[in-house]
Amino acid sequence: MTETEVRERVRSLLQKIHPDDPGATAVDFRGVQFDHGLAFASYPEGLGGLGLSPKMQSIVNDELQQNAKTFYENLAINPIGIGMGAPVLLTYGKDEGKREMLRRIFTGEDIWCQLFSEPSAGSDVAGLSSRAVRNGDDWVVNGQKVWTTLAHVSKWGMLVTRTDPDVPKHDGLSYFLLDMESPGVECRPLYQITGEAEFNEVFLNDVRIPHSRMLGEEGQGWRVAITTLMNERSALGGGASRKGGGPVSLLLKLLQESKVSRSKVEQALLEDRITRLYIRAEMLRLTTLRARATQRSGNPGPEGSVGKVAQSELYQQVWETCIDVLGEDGLIYELGYELRRPGDITSLRSGNDDDETRRLQAKYQLLRSQANTIEGGTSEIMRNILGERVLGLPGEPRVDKNIAWKDVPRG
Amino acid sequence: MNFEFSEEHEDLRRTVRQFLENESNETAVREMMAEENGFSREVWARLSEELGLAGLIIEEKHGGAGFGMVELAIVMEEMGRVLLCAPFLSSAVLATSAIELGADASIQADLLPQIASGEKTATLAFSEAGDPWNLGKIEMTAAANGDAFKLSGQKTFVLDGRSANIILVAAKVGSELTLLQVDEDAAGLTRESLPPLDPTRKLATLRFDHTPAKRIASVDVRGALEQSIQRTITALAAEQLGGAQRCLDMAVDYAKSRLQFGRPIGSYQAIKHQCADLLVEVELARSAAYAAAFSADDKGADIAAAMAKSFCSETYAKAAKRNIQIHGGMGFTWEHPAHLYLKRAKASEIIFGSPSLHREKVARSVGISAA
Ligand SMILES: Cc1cc2nc3c(=O)[nH]c(=O)nc-3n(C[C@H](O)[C@H](O)[C@H](O)COP(=O)(O)OP(=O)(O)OC[C@H]3O[C@@H](n4cnc5c(N)ncnc54)[C@H](O)[C@@H]3O)c2cc1C
Repeated sequence: MTETEVRERVRSLLQKIHPDDPGATAVDFRGVQFDHGLAFASYPEGLGGLGLSPKMQSIVNDELQQNAKTFYENLAINPIGIGMGAPVLLTYGKDEGKREMLRRIFTGEDIWCQLFSEPSAGSDVAGLSSRAVRNGDDWVVNGQKVWTTLAHVSKWGMLVTRTDPDVPKHDGLSYFLLDMESPGVECRPLYQITGEAEFNEVFLNDVRIPHSRMLGEEGQGWRVAITTLMNERSALGGGASRKGGGPVSLLLKLLQESKVSRSKVEQALLEDRITRLYIRAEMLRLTTLRARATQRSGNPGPEGSVGKVAQSELYQQVWETCIDVLGEDGLIYELGYELRRPGDITSLRSGNDDDETRRLQAKYQLLRSQANTIEGGTSEIMRNILGERVLGLPGEPRVDKNIAWKDVPRG
Repeated sequence: MNFEFSEEHEDLRRTVRQFLENESNETAVREMMAEENGFSREVWARLSEELGLAGLIIEEKHGGAGFGMVELAIVMEEMGRVLLCAPFLSSAVLATSAIELGADASIQADLLPQIASGEKTATLAFSEAGDPWNLGKIEMTAAANGDAFKLSGQKTFVLDGRSANIILVAAKVGSELTLLQVDEDAAGLTRESLPPLDPTRKLATLRFDHTPAKRIASVDVRGALEQSIQRTITALAAEQLGGAQRCLDMAVDYAKSRLQFGRPIGSYQAIKHQCADLLVEVELARSAAYAAAFSADDKGADIAAAMAKSFCSETYAKAAKRNIQIHGGMGFTWEHPAHLYLKRAKASEIIFGSPSLHREKVARSVGISAA
């Protein structure tokens, strides 16, 4: 299908249902979008796609943005479901129910979460200690997960857990889809530096999961986890989709609105700093486009870590520069630190329409962006991956590689 | 934005790479850089006849290959990788563009085939001391004497100014900026090589003392020269990308093979993470250079070129410096090629304007600084 044909198909979708129509909810619209194969353009027909090259999805989004005021930003609706759940399901999911699950991810009816990190296993997630033991047709899981974003509103959790402690750590893991409404699943909020609790501790006490919900084979969980993580990193390094979009556009607006008095030299220094950030953001956007143009299909590889490192570190600098532009106004944090429990992560991530929202967003993001270089793999881990998996440099001597997981020291 | 190279593009890259690996290996580079004119006429002839590179962007009707900026970027990237010593940037890019965009049709028909065949090399002398990259600051004025003109004064930082056969000079006639051609052996012309920071690209000062010159453009060439410089900058950014990638490759290869404390130095994170950082920078620079080339005919091409020049310059310098450090003492020796890349990187950062000069252009165009 050519670009023109894709654009035509989007327009015919919009004739059936239009996102600006007050009668059509996000779920309604996105459901029909899915049925038209315009949800995940590279997926097979019938599963929300048309079997096109991955870059066609940006054509779809572009056409949608050109023809409607309302645009449902994928990653804001169900970031983990769309960014990671869908590709993992596509690659490893069993046929029955797959279409319906993908559709509900896309519409946002089912929110997904990622149950990987544990108190003793973060960067070294393959060293995790939660355990699943086979019992008839079920597995019984015990353990604790931590930093689980959106677990409190999720229907499905992507769970990695240990099914065999007697083999080296990577070989004893299995991957499950956990129904978060199962008995024995308990979420507690974790209070973050922003004042929010978007992530959780999740306790698993004798939770039963049917064997049929295992993705991949028993003991092959690490492979599925890697697919998940690579998709996460490429989603987190996606860059702004439009030229001059993203946080840099907010920075430029704040600069134009700034009433802070600065000497000529201070102003020139600030302008150069901002210009560097602007150029870097543009290079990142182009790098994402380039990666998409060369990625034929399927799951992203370790190169996705280029975008993840570059974007997380760039955005931290952009938000920090926003605060510098605000001057003394940056002393005030209007949102306060009273515990807030957002049901989604859209509350303060977007909004660039008025100067009040912009100021609040900058202050919030100064704090929130500190997590960008931790979540989805820290910058140090990303640099290890780039060094070892992309450049082929030798790994560190490992003390945990060839011994049974149960014999590895932990702390 | 389209970023896809076609099959033909990949073929071109392979052919050029293969040629350069034979003809511009390290030994050849060292030989050429020691020569005052800095290149081999014989290699230039082969590169023109066998690969058509001297006329790469010259139209077919003038004996060239008729390629555009994307092909030019590919070729420059490959040349940058091996530090080719040749008047490619001066003759095949800058002077060619100036003739193609600024000179009268009869002149084009005369000069371009000579350049394309490789028989002659050309350069454009426009820089004057003080504000060398600013066409608005050109003061040299051609004195008219009937149809003939005479030039007096000095042009500096002229690329391959000593060796070029066709010398183009940008000078004023009245309030207009025009192009003149000066013969190699014209009376009152002295060409003096400058001792270059980067021995792989030669620079000269050209002095004119009532030197006879022929006017070759009947209209004002300010716009044409700006356009020519923009092309040159776009090509240079691709060359910088090629050099930066080569520095990263050298660093990574060495980090894999050099052992200290019983293991490869690349297994230490202090080294590994520096390589990873360079990879990120080089990938961003690649986007910068390719975007400038792919969008060279679009609106906003000047800003894409400015971004590419500032970003690729800084990336190349970073990569060249890091590469020296990762090689330890070896990297500081004359014997090792690492220093040649540092010198090329710094020199190419300076010619046609520093990164901050280009950032200023971006800052004004997107409204960060007052227009
Ligand atoms: C906002 C937010 C949301 C998150 N959401 C989720 C989620 O939904 N699901 C989920 O499973 N997890 C989630 N995480 C967890 C995240 O993946 C982990 O925090 C992360 O992988 C780091 O693990 P850690 O916190 O245990 O730190 P550690 O791994 O203990 O790291 C501490 C420090 O040591 C460094 N370090 C560790 N190992 C190495 C090494 N080999 N080389 C060099 N340096 C090293 C790290 O870079 C870091 O600086 C989230 C985290 C945040 C901040």
